Parts: sequence; C-alpha cells; structure tokens
Amino acid sequence: MNPGRLLAADPLFSNGIDLTVVLIVIGKTIAVFVLLLVLVLFYIWFLRKVIADMQNRVGPDNAGPFGVLQALADGIKLFFKEQTIPDSADRRMFLLAPYLSLLPAFLAFSIIPIGGVVTVAGHRTLVQLADPQIGILFLLMMSGIGIYGVMLAGWSSGSKYPLLGSVRASAQLLSYEAALGLAVAAVLIQAGTLSTRGIVARQLWVGSWSTFGDWPVWNWFLWPTVIAFFIFLIAAVAETNHPPFDLVEAEQELVGGFHTEYSGIRFAIFFLAEFMNLITMCAIAVTLFLGGPAGPALGFVSANGWINAWIMPIFWFLTKLVILLFGTVWVRASLPRLRYDQLMDLGWKYLIEAAFLFAMVSGVYVIARQENWPGWVYVAAPVGAVAVYAILYLCIPRRDELSEEIR
Amino acid sequence: METFLFFVAAGLALAGALGVVLNRNPVHSALSLVLTLLTIAVLFLLQGAELVAAVQVIVYASAIVVLFLFVIMLLGVDKEESLGEPFHFQRPAAVALGVIALAEIVFLAGHEWATGAHATRGGLNAGTGGNVERVARSLFTDFVWAFEITAVLLVLAVVGAVVLARRSHLSPDDIENGEPGDSEAEVVHP
Repeated sequence: MNPGRLLAADPLFSNGIDLTVVLIVIGKTIAVFVLLLVLVLFYIWFLRKVIADMQNRVGPDNAGPFGVLQALADGIKLFFKEQTIPDSADRRMFLLAPYLSLLPAFLAFSIIPIGGVVTVAGHRTLVQLADPQIGILFLLMMSGIGIYGVMLAGWSSGSKYPLLGSVRASAQLLSYEAALGLAVAAVLIQAGTLSTRGIVARQLWVGSWSTFGDWPVWNWFLWPTVIAFFIFLIAAVAETNHPPFDLVEAEQELVGGFHTEYSGIRFAIFFLAEFMNLITMCAIAVTLFLGGPAGPALGFVSANGWINAWIMPIFWFLTKLVILLFGTVWVRASLPRLRYDQLMDLGWKYLIEAAFLFAMVSGVYVIARQENWPGWVYVAAPVGAVAVYAILYLCIPRRDELSEEIR
Repeated sequence: METFLFFVAAGLALAGALGVVLNRNPVHSALSLVLTLLTIAVLFLLQGAELVAAVQVIVYASAIVVLFLFVIMLLGVDKEESLGEPFHFQRPAAVALGVIALAEIVFLAGHEWATGAHATRGGLNAGTGGNVERVARSLFTDFVWAFEITAVLLVLAVVGAVVLARRSHLSPDDIENGEPGDSEAEVVHP
C-alpha cells in the first residue's frame, strides 16, 4: 500500500515521500485542527451574538472586544473545574466516551477541500488534509462511529436520564442517516465521483467570464439538486442534534441528556464535538452544493500570486460556510423543539421518500443527457416522482388515525 | 510498512475477537466486536479495497453493532453474566465444534473444489476509475440479478418486522384485556 492511494490525488505524494512531505502532512493536520477549533470558538460567539440580537439583547460583551473571547473564557473555566465520576458509572467507558465523539468529529473534517493548490517548500499540495477515493463515504463512516460516543456516554453514566438521552440520540442519528445519505447520493449521481476534490472540480465554470475570473455560481450542484440541498441541511441539523432537533438534551424531560453526569473538560469535549459536527456538515454542504473553495479570483493581481493561490479560495470557502452557519443560528432562534413522534415522522415518512425519489429523478436526468433520450423524459420523470410522493403522502396514516386504530 | 500495519491490525482484530468472548459484560463485548470490525476494515484498506472498507465501517461497525447495543440496553441485560451452564457437556462440545470449524476453514482455504478457482476480474484499481467504479460496474451488469434479489430479500425482512411489531390484527378487546407491550401506541424502529 502506498499512502498516496489513501490520500489519492494530492500531488504532494507524486514524487515519493521524504521528510519534508511528512512534515508538511503533520503541519496540515495541525493547521486543520486549529482551524476547526477556532471555527468552533467563533461559532459559539457568533451564535450567542446573533440570537441576542434577534431577541433584542446585548449578548456576551465582557471578554475581549464585542465579547469574542467569551467562548475561550468558558473553555478555560471548564478546564479547571472539578471532574466527577458517578459511583454507578462504568469507569473505563465513562472516560473513553468523550474522546470517541471528538475523534470522528475531527476526522470527518479532514476530507473538506478548504482551498486550492499551493506550493509549500517546493512541494505542490492541496489545501485539504486528505482526499481519499471514497471521499464522501468517509463522512458517513465517521458519523456512524460518532454514535458510539453518545451512546456509551449515556450508558456508562449508570443513571436513567442519560441512558434515555443516548437512546434517543442514536435512534435519531440512525433515522436521519438514511435521508442524509440519499440526499448526498443525488449529488454523487450528478458528479460521477465520490472524491470531495472531484466534486468541487465538477462545479467549476468552464466558460470564461474572464473579467471576474472564474464565476462558477451557475455550475453549482445547488441548482440541479436544490431539493437535495434542503433535505441535506435538515438531515444534517438533525444528525448533529442541533435545534430544533435537539431532543437529545431536552432539559425539560431529560435533565441534560446523555451528558448529564459529565462535568469539567469532559463535558466541554462533548460540546466541542457537537459544534465540530455541525461545522463539518455545513462545510460538506458547501463542498457538495456551493462549489467549495471555488470563487472569482482577484483580477488586478497576478493569477498565480499568493493572494489568488492562498487567500481567495480560503476566503470564498469561509464566506460560504459562515452564510450556512448563520442559517443554522437563524433556525435555532426561530423554531421550537419538535416532539419525538414529529421527529420520527419527519424523518421516516417524508424526508426519506422525498430524498429517494429525488435521487431517482436525478439519475434519470443524467442518463437521459448521456443517451440523448427524447425531451418528454425530462418532464415525465419529475411529474411521476411528484405523483408517487403525493400518493404516498395520502396513504401515510396521520398520527391521530394511527392512535385511533389502536385505541 | 505494509507488513507492520498488517500485524498491528491483525493483532488488534484477534484481541477484539477474544474480547467478545471473554468479556463478562455484554456492552464491553459489543465494543470489542467494533474493534475487530474496524481493524478488519484496515486490513481491507491494506488490500486496496477502499469501498469494501468503507462499507464494512458504515454497515457493520456502526449500524449493526449499534443495533446490538440498542437491544442490549433496552432489554436490560447489560449486567455482568454469570458463568453457570445449563448443560454440563457444553464446554467439550464447544471445543469440538470449534476444532471442526477451524479444520473446515483451513481445508477450504487451501483447496478450490468448494469455492471454484480463484477468479480475477482484473486488479481492483486497474483500468479507468478507481475500485468504486469497478465494483459498481460489476454490481449493475454481471451481478445485477443477485443484487436485485438481495434487495427484495431485505425489503421482505423489513415488511415482516413491521407486521410482527404492529400486530394490528388484534381487536381492541384483546388490547384492553391486557397484553402488555401491545398497548404501546407506537413502536419506534431505529
């Protein structure tokens, strides 16, 4: 096995591996980890400020200018707090669980293309930690492993509410994974590749609006797969247990959810992992639907200068990411939490069918384009899908009818 | 490097397998199973089968073992097991069957009459596209019948599970006369 295969298309490995290459990989790992941590700190501050603004409050404003350091201060406080382990806890699992949820959260971020291709110490390399062939499947792998952190945390605490919280969490994760995977499949059918870098490459504008550099907006997968985009966002928020799907930590019902018994830095790690997951999901949405780091280069500096090679792609990536993150904050501030049965209904009865039908229509379009099928196919496929969905919608028993039937 | 990774992964897989059998706590056993499945995924990666490794992790290491854990936790059997045996000849029988199974595996691995000659359909990563494309091409051309039949089988299993869980043929009287468990308004299928 050569590591180039695992990390695939990165030109870094094309000339064999020497010490510089290893150092570059280590450097990239640290840089990506730091970026993710800074994004989490930023997001917590951003979240509190935006929600405060929407509710006519001031929000955090003491630590640092505009309160930017508030999240950092909270983190330091949690770090120095006493950590307790309940008597009835399964000690080994209790200590292991936080790391089981942090590690997948970080690893999932490693497949995100953050920037373009740059040259470091004479080696050309991607601004992306790993670009494996299985690409987006790696995200599904990591979100699958991430369940264990939550589940073991709840179980090993040895008390009832955390257990209930963790059972809820894992049921929710498994339910929405299907809708998420099908929404991703719709994009993969369009892209014809699993690699995240490849998906971004397919969204580049091939024509030339040379004044603005590359202007890829109309080639984004957002347009042909707009329904999948919204299904993906809903499923992603549900996967990461954020409002309005945060039943896992419904204070009114479960005290605090799966992490009730955790305190100090271990609690902070759960929190960190949760926000990392949300940021990763939004970054994946940027990659799949919004063209990733692609964006217009600055016309007035040289095309291959450091501004256009380093700064602009990262700038576009972060801009798109922050816009999506703002959306999650907006949703958090506006919608009340769903009831558990509503959550399961939404996932199983509506989202999965919609995502499935959309993926099929998406496949028909791709084949029709390849094989030059007649034009009516392009109309018949979506009409048929809508008809099937309508029939399903009418056939699915409403909840009141269901309980009537059993009563 | 490859040999080193192989021995690390194989050693961990064996340790996990032993852990499944030797742990007294079912939850710890399930986690040892996850360790085994993950390290086998690493072995797949070493063989250059990225897709199989991914499927191994997504399907086995996460979905299926999570369901195991669900059952263990919901049934409340997550206590330490006692080692009492209902049949006194259990251990010798287990040892004998284990030896037979081992002999069988060794025999089958060394001979081709049961499995047929080793087929090679070209290298996993040869030709255009990676091994994801190659697996997809085989699945949807040569093996499409088997693939579809498997899908039908899975759908049948799901329908069966729903029918068993819903029990809607019971009349309301049956439920009122108390069949505990049936009065639940909803069974959540994870």
